[in-house]
Amino acid sequence: MDMAVDVVLIKQHLIDPEICIRCNTCEATCPTKAITHDDRNYVVDVNICNSCMACISPCPTGSIDNWRSVPKSRAYSLAEQFSWDVLPPELTSEQLAAVGAKLPDEAPAETVAAQATQHSEATAAIDAELHAPSYNAAVPPWSAAHAYTNLYAVKTPTTATVVGNFNCTEAGFDSETHHIVLDFGAMPFPVLEGQSIGIVPPGVDANGRPHLPRQYSVASPRNGERPGYNNISLTVKRVTEDHQGKPVRGVCSNHLCDLQVGDAVKVVGPFGNTFLMPNHPRSNIVMICTGTGSAPMRAMTEWRRRLRKSGKFEGGRLMLFFGARTQQELPYFGPLQSLPRDFIDINLAFSRTPGAPRRYVQDLMRERAQDLGDLLASPDTCIYVCGLKSMEEGVVLAMKDVAQAKGLDWETLASSLKREGRLHLETY
Amino acid sequence: MSATIDYSQKIPNNVNLSDDRTLQRALEQWQPNFIGWWDDMGPEGSTNYDVYLRTAVSVDPQGWAQFGHVKMRDYRWGIFLNPGDPERSIQFGDHRGERAWSDVPGEHRANLRRIIVTQGDTEPASVEQQRHLGLTAPSLYDMRNLFQINVEEGRHLWAMVYLLHKHFGRDGREEAEALLERRSGDENNPRILGAFNERTPDWLSFFMFTYFTDRDGKFQLSALAESGFDPLARTTRFMLTEEAHHMFVGESGVSRILQRTAQVMNELKTDDVAKLRAAGVIDLPTIQRYLNFHYSVTIDLFGADQSSNAATFYSSGLKGRYEEGKRSDDHVLKGQTYKVLEVREGQLVEKEVPMLNALNEVLRDDFIKDSVAGVERWNRVLEKAGLPHRLKVPHKAFHRNIGALAGIKLAPDGQVVSEDQWKARQDEWLPTASDRAFVAGLMGRVVEPGKFAHWIAPPAMGINRQPVEFEYVRFN
Repeated sequence: MDMAVDVVLIKQHLIDPEICIRCNTCEATCPTKAITHDDRNYVVDVNICNSCMACISPCPTGSIDNWRSVPKSRAYSLAEQFSWDVLPPELTSEQLAAVGAKLPDEAPAETVAAQATQHSEATAAIDAELHAPSYNAAVPPWSAAHAYTNLYAVKTPTTATVVGNFNCTEAGFDSETHHIVLDFGAMPFPVLEGQSIGIVPPGVDANGRPHLPRQYSVASPRNGERPGYNNISLTVKRVTEDHQGKPVRGVCSNHLCDLQVGDAVKVVGPFGNTFLMPNHPRSNIVMICTGTGSAPMRAMTEWRRRLRKSGKFEGGRLMLFFGARTQQELPYFGPLQSLPRDFIDINLAFSRTPGAPRRYVQDLMRERAQDLGDLLASPDTCIYVCGLKSMEEGVVLAMKDVAQAKGLDWETLASSLKREGRLHLETY
Repeated sequence: MSATIDYSQKIPNNVNLSDDRTLQRALEQWQPNFIGWWDDMGPEGSTNYDVYLRTAVSVDPQGWAQFGHVKMRDYRWGIFLNPGDPERSIQFGDHRGERAWSDVPGEHRANLRRIIVTQGDTEPASVEQQRHLGLTAPSLYDMRNLFQINVEEGRHLWAMVYLLHKHFGRDGREEAEALLERRSGDENNPRILGAFNERTPDWLSFFMFTYFTDRDGKFQLSALAESGFDPLARTTRFMLTEEAHHMFVGESGVSRILQRTAQVMNELKTDDVAKLRAAGVIDLPTIQRYLNFHYSVTIDLFGADQSSNAATFYSSGLKGRYEEGKRSDDHVLKGQTYKVLEVREGQLVEKEVPMLNALNEVLRDDFIKDSVAGVERWNRVLEKAGLPHRLKVPHKAFHRNIGALAGIKLAPDGQVVSEDQWKARQDEWLPTASDRAFVAGLMGRVVEPGKFAHWIAPPAMGINRQPVEFEYVRFN
């Protein structure tokens, strides 16, 4: 199986013509003039819409809140949208595969399409069974900082210089994860914790076309990997096999892990405007991650650590559930151990420690039901989940059990978490 | 009158209310009378209900759609103007290109007051017309939508009263009082416009009203949003965002009724009116007659087809056309003509008249185009259900009571008919007493969350991403 993912999947913003009443509120609201209409339909220009969500709550009908996974190159044009009486069905995984795209849950860890996980499925709410992505908030928490997005597009990437690159897992193991620091020099590249960037690997793919960018979550806080410098860090796992264990060589991850200090990298982004941390004092953060899903958690934790050190920030609890196959493969295991216990409550789960039973993050969440339940009950708590798609359902189920054990009504809690932008799932 | 109410807190606003003591005092006088009116004429029996309402606390997208359960009496009726542009200029009429007015020009004072009072009068009127509907709501979801509309009509009244208090001195304050004294349908002191004195006795009427008559609101507000009087333009611009919800309730309400009727027609494989009525759904001919009625009553609201007032309002920069900015003519309209209808020798004929005098007709035709598009969306529900039946708006001269077409007897398809033919056939064209009695007989309150009356389908989605079975109203 070829490692390369040829097609970037996006979640295209569309308006349901069956429900829309053509009231013009969205068009009047849109700050970027991405919405327009003819005598028939209201439509969204995929080239202009930046998913700022300003149109969502003013829409009286809910028709505005539709998102379809499509290959970016096959996004629905305005002409197509004008012709619709109904929204087209979601592309099936077969159709996506036919155009060369892989679904997020089939794609290797390094191909996180951040945009693809930002928005809940419109249809998910009616699924009878628990459908984890439907719990994902489409808005950031109220005290989030404003995120800049899409400053550099695929056609106009910027260049960063590698200023650091080292293995942040224990050396000598087959799998290694690199901590890579990129410096932007004088070019603006403002990012917030939880945002991601795209790296464009050099060269061309099997079809002779330039590689498409791969997205990575930023692992450093807003004021730089080194405070006060225009640099960021990434957490990149060297991909040497696919999810079935067959050997493959990840184009972008190997490119990144092999970079030398001083090398130049093409970068696009930043991306993401919902998976953002709360900034108000007393806000609690629950972080649940596996593997390189720890990158945004490291960024948020480090920002809180710097604030605390500066003496400008009081209170707010941090609770981390972090899973990996073994301790040796857990990124940042060493630095994590040096964080004060009264600063962050760390819970590590290892699923492949020889001679020990397999433990997953959701097992730890249940063990810590008492403390986690207290946090779930607090309106100041925001929850972030990042890692492999397969963890999502187990984590949401564990959260449900913990909430119910605490005497909380899960659906009520889940809907307020979602509405208030306090539960964010980003899985791949 | 309590002195302890902090009006700057109590009334969310973006007009620096607390800085204007005169205005604040005026609103302090008016506010208890408004609450008194709400208690008398607002939704019947609703005092203790907690309703899941959208409240505007500012005009930006984040601020104006705040949702939560509140008692309607405690709804924070705010005063919001869209952000101003100090450079804004007048886009039409004789003052085209001049800076927009932030105060009322003396020579336009009487006309502006009349425009604002006429608009303001419709707001409490519709609350009065709809005050019994909560007792027969087909679901909590629908009840919530009704109440949302009611509180927002209340807010629109506040918006107009703010302009009257702020810019029209004593006579403005008197007009503001009078807005609370007139009553919909009252023989001695009726509301100003005809359609606002009609009854809204059942939910089919309500949905037709919110579809057609609130759409008239959209077009009137859009025309006022072009006004050279900047506070009026900014106020109405913001009101339009709320008006959208009202039209949504109407459009989706009728659509859901059609969906349910079509489903039963398919189940029973019949379009027989008696069988469908026996099965507890509203037959399509009845829906068509309600449509004919509400459509014709609503297009009367645009006024006489030739009106020197309309010309004056336009030329003096008080009231523009719908989407003035998107039109490519000279925005002065002198010497241009427009076609209006009249009856000559028993036939409807078109006649060219000066466009300035025909601006009511221009706005009416814009409204008609917009309405027809929505009716076509209703027809898609029938089409999707595989039914050959279609709804149609009647001819614009049908059942008119204002302008040159008033009193002309016309079939919905536009054929002029004799007085006798009209009498013989009007029951086919307009709702009859027995239609209304049948529809009224279906009405009954459904209060279990997620449950809907038999005659209407559930909506495709809930409000503010809440599930359809959410408890939108708590009765306490």
